[in-house]
Amino acid sequence: MVEKKSAFQLVANIVMILLALCCLFPFLLLVMSSFTDETTLIREGYSIFPSKFGLQSYLYLFKNAAKIGKAYGITILITAVGTTVSLLMTVMMAYPLSRHEFFGRNVCAFYVFFTMLFNGGLVPTYIMYTRYLHIKNTLWALLIPSLLISAFYVIMMRTYFTTNVPEAVIEAARIDGAGEWRILFTIVLPMSLPMIATMALLIGLGYWNDWKNGLYYLTDSRLYSIQNMLNQMLKDVQFLKSGADASAAADLTQDMPSVGIKMAIAVIGALPIMIIYPFFQKYFVKGITIGAVKG
Amino acid sequence: MSNSPKVSKATKLARLKHNIPLYLMFLPGALYLLINNYIPMGGLIIAFKQVNWNKGILKSPWVGLSNFEYLFKTKEAWNITRNTLGYNIIFIVLGTVIAIAIAILLNEIKVMTLKKTYQTIILLPYLISMVVVSYLVYALLSSESGFINLSILRPLGKPEIAWYTEPKYWPAILIIVYIWKTFGYNCILYYATLVGIDRGYYEAAVIDGANRWQQIWNITLPELVPTIITLTLMSIGKIFYSDFGLFYQVPMDSGPLYDVTNTIDTYVYRGLIRLNNVGMSSAAGFYQSIVGFVLVMLANFTVRKISKENALF
Repeated sequence: MVEKKSAFQLVANIVMILLALCCLFPFLLLVMSSFTDETTLIREGYSIFPSKFGLQSYLYLFKNAAKIGKAYGITILITAVGTTVSLLMTVMMAYPLSRHEFFGRNVCAFYVFFTMLFNGGLVPTYIMYTRYLHIKNTLWALLIPSLLISAFYVIMMRTYFTTNVPEAVIEAARIDGAGEWRILFTIVLPMSLPMIATMALLIGLGYWNDWKNGLYYLTDSRLYSIQNMLNQMLKDVQFLKSGADASAAADLTQDMPSVGIKMAIAVIGALPIMIIYPFFQKYFVKGITIGAVKG
Repeated sequence: MSNSPKVSKATKLARLKHNIPLYLMFLPGALYLLINNYIPMGGLIIAFKQVNWNKGILKSPWVGLSNFEYLFKTKEAWNITRNTLGYNIIFIVLGTVIAIAIAILLNEIKVMTLKKTYQTIILLPYLISMVVVSYLVYALLSSESGFINLSILRPLGKPEIAWYTEPKYWPAILIIVYIWKTFGYNCILYYATLVGIDRGYYEAAVIDGANRWQQIWNITLPELVPTIITLTLMSIGKIFYSDFGLFYQVPMDSGPLYDVTNTIDTYVYRGLIRLNNVGMSSAAGFYQSIVGFVLVMLANFTVRKISKENALF
């Protein structure tokens, strides 16, 4: 019996290890290739065990640090501002919906909820943002279309407030003379920190990974976020040197390790998430489970 | 306090006044949804118009169903519907089976640290953007320097394959990429349900002499059924929508592959932004919005019939 049990454990572990390897393999290939010598890459292709390592790709990217740094800066700015505003708006919408004395609460909840069931799609949205609100080729384009990316977050937050903040606490604060704003920001929010943290992480990840808004609304590459830059470089490695003057551009082309550089830039784009993820894993898992199974 | 049976006019007014800060809180988000969501819903009328930018959308002439006639006359209309529905059906079936199998396996792992490590690793693909995924796929499939061509096919003496121009491989590639990216996520959803199953059932089953397969078949799977139904019906509600990144980025927008990679979302995008064909893309978008809405309502209606507490509304 004991032997059978341990055999089962062994098989289960082997299968899980194989799966884990399947998940990690492409990342490993990416990282190893980015550290491979360029001529070796041309001869042997992307490989896990290159015959010769090299740093040309990173050195080249380092020379273009200004352009990459700018794209990074834009991503960081948009992620920070977007997450803050989005979170604030979500919380401010969710709190009234959680108050039973909020007059017209069901109508308002439906107003939020209906956006999850029905939407106008890309064409009217695109026309409105470009023809009427003129966000094309501005930084607003990366920020505004995703502010309430899913009404589901509002519903999730409302449910959290109703189930985790006792009515009596709010009632007591009110008797002490606190207004609704004070109750929300000094009592309800501090009591909901785990949920706020989880949601901030999900919204932040959404902003960091977003490339669609840039694809739809930006043609000016100076405003590209890191994801848009990656997107552009997969099709056209030469993109990095666009914008440089002619002589400098020729200089840059000559020694451009164009095979390896694609992998190096992808590593740089994916790195921050891969680094912070293990530390926040608990919150991610929590966010996913509360988010998808029940609002 | 607010439960008193007869509310006088004065208290009602006081209540409304008391509500003002709540309305103020709700307002910014409400305005945002009005602009970002509700106005574009009205914008669906574009599908019935011949848009003339000088006149503006409202004053552009109505053209009845002619945009739709054009759309459904083309081969693409059938093609994008087939691809969107077909891939989604495969994703739902295969995705669910794989996620459940792995969730059960993960649940069997006894060593806590190993379990946590596996969980962390399988969720990683879910967290990176489709753009990065398209780089990973490129590292494998690039015809000049891809891993599969140079490190697998070449040493085996097999002819190398120009992956990005051969449509016949792409249904399989897209399915693999989709499963690779999402199985960890789905697995964690099912795992969350599994952890909640009462241990007592299993203890009783062991006393009755049930082996592990019998336990899985007779306890675990039946306990998972509500979650399976809910998640599947939610996916069916979204079956007319596709992951734009998967079908646009991963095949690198390669023309020879359109036959098997074009979905409603990529079609609308290319029509609108690349070809500037507002009529055709708005007709396709309208088609997606309406059928999508009907499907969400149907799916939710069905969930309500089966188990009310799992319904979205």
